[in-house]
Amino acid sequence: MADIIATGQTILVVGGGITGMTAALEAAECGKQVFLVEKSPTLGGRTALLYRYFPKLCHPTCGLEINLRRLKGNRNVRVVTLAEVTKIEGKPGDYTATIRVRPRYVTSNCTACGACAEAVEATVPNPYNYGLDQMKAAYLPHAMAYPQRYVLDPSLIGTPGADKAKAACKYNAIDLGMQEETLAIKVGAVVWATGWKPYDAAKIQPYGYGRFKNVITSVEFERLADPHGPTGGKIVRPSDGKEAKNIAFIQCAGSRDENHLRHCSRICCMASLKQTQFVREAYGDAGQSTIYYIDIRAIDRFEDFYKKVQADKTVKFVKSKPARIDEDRATGNVILHGVNTEGYHRYAEAHDLAVLAIGMEPSVKGAEVPAEVLEDSSGFLSLGEGPGNAAVFGAGCASGALDVNRSTQSATAAALRAIQIVNRSARAEG
Amino acid sequence: MAEMKTAAYVCGGCGLAERLNTAQLAKIAEREGKMNLVREHPFLCSDAGVATIRADIENEGVTHVALAACSRRAKTEAFDFPGVALSRANLREGVIWAQPATDAARETTQEMADDYVRMACAELKKMKVPAGNPQAAKNTRLMVVGGGVSGLTAAREAAQAGYEVLLIEKRGALGGWAAQLHRRVPEREPFAEPVDTGVAALIEAVTKDKRIQIMLNATLAKTSGAPGRFSASIATESGGTSIEEVGAIIQATGFTPYDASRLTEFSYGKSPNIVDQAGLERLAREAAAKGEAIRRPSDGAEVKKVVFVQCAGQRDDSGKHLPYCSGFCCATSIKQAMYFKDANHAVDTVVIYTDLRVPGAGEDFYRSGQKKGVTFTKGRVGAVEPNGSQAKVRFRDLILDEETTIEDADLVVLATGQVPNSGVNIDKPDAEDANGAKPISILNLSYRQGADLPQLKQGFSDSHFICFPYETRRTGIYTAGPVRRPMDIAQATEDATGAALKAIQAAENASLGRAAHPRSGDLSFPIVRLDGCTQCKRCTVECPFGAIDEDEKTYPQFNESRCRRCGTCMGACPVRVISFENYSVDTVGAQIKAVEIPDETEEKPRILILACENDAYPALDMAAMQRHTYSAYVRAIPVRCLGSVNTIWITDALNGGYDGVMLMGCKHGDDYQCHFVKGSELANVRMAKIGDTLKQLALENERVITHEVAITDMVRVGKLIDDYAATIEKIGLSPMKGFA
Repeated sequence: MADIIATGQTILVVGGGITGMTAALEAAECGKQVFLVEKSPTLGGRTALLYRYFPKLCHPTCGLEINLRRLKGNRNVRVVTLAEVTKIEGKPGDYTATIRVRPRYVTSNCTACGACAEAVEATVPNPYNYGLDQMKAAYLPHAMAYPQRYVLDPSLIGTPGADKAKAACKYNAIDLGMQEETLAIKVGAVVWATGWKPYDAAKIQPYGYGRFKNVITSVEFERLADPHGPTGGKIVRPSDGKEAKNIAFIQCAGSRDENHLRHCSRICCMASLKQTQFVREAYGDAGQSTIYYIDIRAIDRFEDFYKKVQADKTVKFVKSKPARIDEDRATGNVILHGVNTEGYHRYAEAHDLAVLAIGMEPSVKGAEVPAEVLEDSSGFLSLGEGPGNAAVFGAGCASGALDVNRSTQSATAAALRAIQIVNRSARAEG
Repeated sequence: MAEMKTAAYVCGGCGLAERLNTAQLAKIAEREGKMNLVREHPFLCSDAGVATIRADIENEGVTHVALAACSRRAKTEAFDFPGVALSRANLREGVIWAQPATDAARETTQEMADDYVRMACAELKKMKVPAGNPQAAKNTRLMVVGGGVSGLTAAREAAQAGYEVLLIEKRGALGGWAAQLHRRVPEREPFAEPVDTGVAALIEAVTKDKRIQIMLNATLAKTSGAPGRFSASIATESGGTSIEEVGAIIQATGFTPYDASRLTEFSYGKSPNIVDQAGLERLAREAAAKGEAIRRPSDGAEVKKVVFVQCAGQRDDSGKHLPYCSGFCCATSIKQAMYFKDANHAVDTVVIYTDLRVPGAGEDFYRSGQKKGVTFTKGRVGAVEPNGSQAKVRFRDLILDEETTIEDADLVVLATGQVPNSGVNIDKPDAEDANGAKPISILNLSYRQGADLPQLKQGFSDSHFICFPYETRRTGIYTAGPVRRPMDIAQATEDATGAALKAIQAAENASLGRAAHPRSGDLSFPIVRLDGCTQCKRCTVECPFGAIDEDEKTYPQFNESRCRRCGTCMGACPVRVISFENYSVDTVGAQIKAVEIPDETEEKPRILILACENDAYPALDMAAMQRHTYSAYVRAIPVRCLGSVNTIWITDALNGGYDGVMLMGCKHGDDYQCHFVKGSELANVRMAKIGDTLKQLALENERVITHEVAITDMVRVGKLIDDYAATIEKIGLSPMKGFA
């Protein structure tokens, strides 16, 4: 990392998901120097863990491939992974950002040949599959990971497994003595794009997440449908591996609820509509999806997709927020209890699997950002601007519950706000 | 220009040396590939390996490098040699990881590697390092078309970044629809009360900004040129024309409210007490100007009950009205209900909706409306009729599941939607818009393919990309605001800011001769040999981006900075006079011819795969990374887009004795995933016609096959290959072998 030359003209982008990558690339393709910092070992963020996007049912990794190609071909962006910004001091056009870089234990010598992973026996829960399966403690995060370089999990260090990994590497790419580093870089403006995390489903007690194996979240369901996921793309129940053909999708799991998240998370209606089509893809007419909802928020042109799903005979809509979920111990089925408010009918419906359309919480709340920022009471950074004249701009899901399309718009807008600052300081210096 | 000096480097790392005879590969590069310099290295991407290559570039004058190592998608940072032509033989993901590590497979695996080395050398010799766009012109002034909130914001934000802006507005005043609002929906916490629109302040800021030139009562009579050198003829009110030069364009022409008089069942126009949302804003502003509450329009009586009809003429299944949801109207009705509730809590305000759509923090605003006592009724309105000085609203109450009527509404507000002002539908120039109006062109582009931006099916000028929403099909012209998709002020503001960046970027890159998205930074551009051109017009018609015009003699006229470098023109050209310096009929053709076709007695078929480099090729790579093996008889070549595939490649392959050709491209149709929009679709059309060629050669139809392959198809892609190999085995080897 010795070749980092950053100045007041450099834009710091925090977060390497689709928002951060977009902000970084859009600014870099305007000729700006960009420093892109990502906490995990790979770029790609949460969208890389989605099987398909709504409403086109296209694959997020396709856009990721384009973004990675743009990145590989652009010398204006420097990427640092396993890194977190711990401090931002100074003023617009003249900030010093402190960045803590955790050890990867694997150097740029790595060819991603995979010999270390073969040598290591220890496994850790796979965060790229939301812990639904285990992965080797020496791992490549996923097939689209960038940098395409293995990582040793810190739990491996100091065990014989670490030595086995080192011995297996023919390219001297494993450095078990790697230490945490701290970088201080000069930047002119900051785009804060740390994204979102799924709301903790266990807090929604009546739904039994964590108690009943066949209650999962929408992000986990996405992994089940993905050929790169823990089941190789088979939609099966976590309890017994049985095909899950009759699935309940429960909307507003955490969202629109003063006890949990006050805001509407925007994406969940469309996500569930989309996921019904995964069920259809897997099981055809034998699949059955039921969406339990308050309002279907298929906003603007997404209405088309809603209509398409409504026309699908395997999908049923029930206007209801289920009161609770029970488990039928004998079958492992989940039983949803509630009232269909259209006509006020009580129901107790059995399903193979319940998918909670889980709400979106900002990954980093404003209070945790090491700079002066405006945040709302849900922890989202105020749209596009900091307090006073601060040049720390929130973007994407760090600034609100957004879908991908709106996140990339937000990212592009934030990139321009950052460019305004660095151009202003360039003019002042010039 | 320095003389071409070629070098090939054969890597032995990642198991290549164990699985392959690398000395043989080096010999092939030297003897068959005719490389000037050949080296083997045990670990080519290491610092030492890269240093070797760099030293050869510096000391030996190497200009062209072939790497026989891993996929072109891997180790790109290490293998970064500016100014040097680079080809890559994909021996790792393309060969050893895709083949079983067995003794039985050793021979066919080696043959695969041998061929990929031959192909990389053949390609390399046909490549040139792109020199850049000769038409590059530096003009970074932007033109914004439309002076509403989107246009004002785009102008202001671009000017804040230091760019000159020309803002043209058709009307005599700035502000657009937002200037007609009494208040707007809040975009900041506490998301509880209607707030000032901020439009006056925005207009003032734009008007005072020295970087922004404003032309009112102005429309575009003609727009020609390309990024970096657009020329706009602007018709002004006086009847004069002003010519302005700009580098990029933002179209922020907004929307027209859906014409409520088309909703005969809601009696709009039959009573002044039935208004649309814009009408209610007018009443609110007039009342506020007088300092009094909104009164009943028909007789000035006190308003005691207001009914808001959501989705009026929207989300329509009948085909008569708007099929989409305009997204802003639920929050607007809540806001408008608050106008009444805030003035007098006793006013009964009822919002009749099917799905209340207030995403994000809009939920807080909804909650605020509930706290203020606004009634929300889930129902579907069937009819609104005047009822004396009041109005009757008949609806189906979806909760009680019964028909019901409100008899005594003093005011009924119809929440109608947004119809984009996107100009002429170039695919259907005579088509009326959703309001039944015949659109007039906005941009008046002098482009071969039409005067305005291509539209999507509902009339919006969007990109239809989820990841890349700004990418229109006219390079350097970006849309912002409701012309792109229905949206509210908060979204339009952000959207316009992003569009301003894209316009700045397009103008800056045009001045450097660089391509725009998705091949951003690419310096190659189409070169056409006009003396061979037959003026067939296929390239001008098929270019997905309208980059090619025709000159007075009907020869194609390429506008390089409008080009996205997909190569669709190259694929279209029947006489093969279009090429790129680093990607041409020859660079691919030479690879196809370089493959060694075994004698038919060997019974080893050869199958050519032409794979989209963005989806199918990565899918093949990822299949190999997961060690999904597939037939060793295939030879895969990445292409920029399936649209760039020229049928000569297929004919050459079949004539040369290949037994089959597989084309792998992206999904096309309404939900297309082709990054060049039309490329894969055009390829499909062309391949549908390949049957004639096959017939001429007396070959079976199965010899050429096209598949849609997605990037996630890592399991499927291997199966497709193996199934096809089985098909070839069934129909037998090509009878063409040995004739080449």
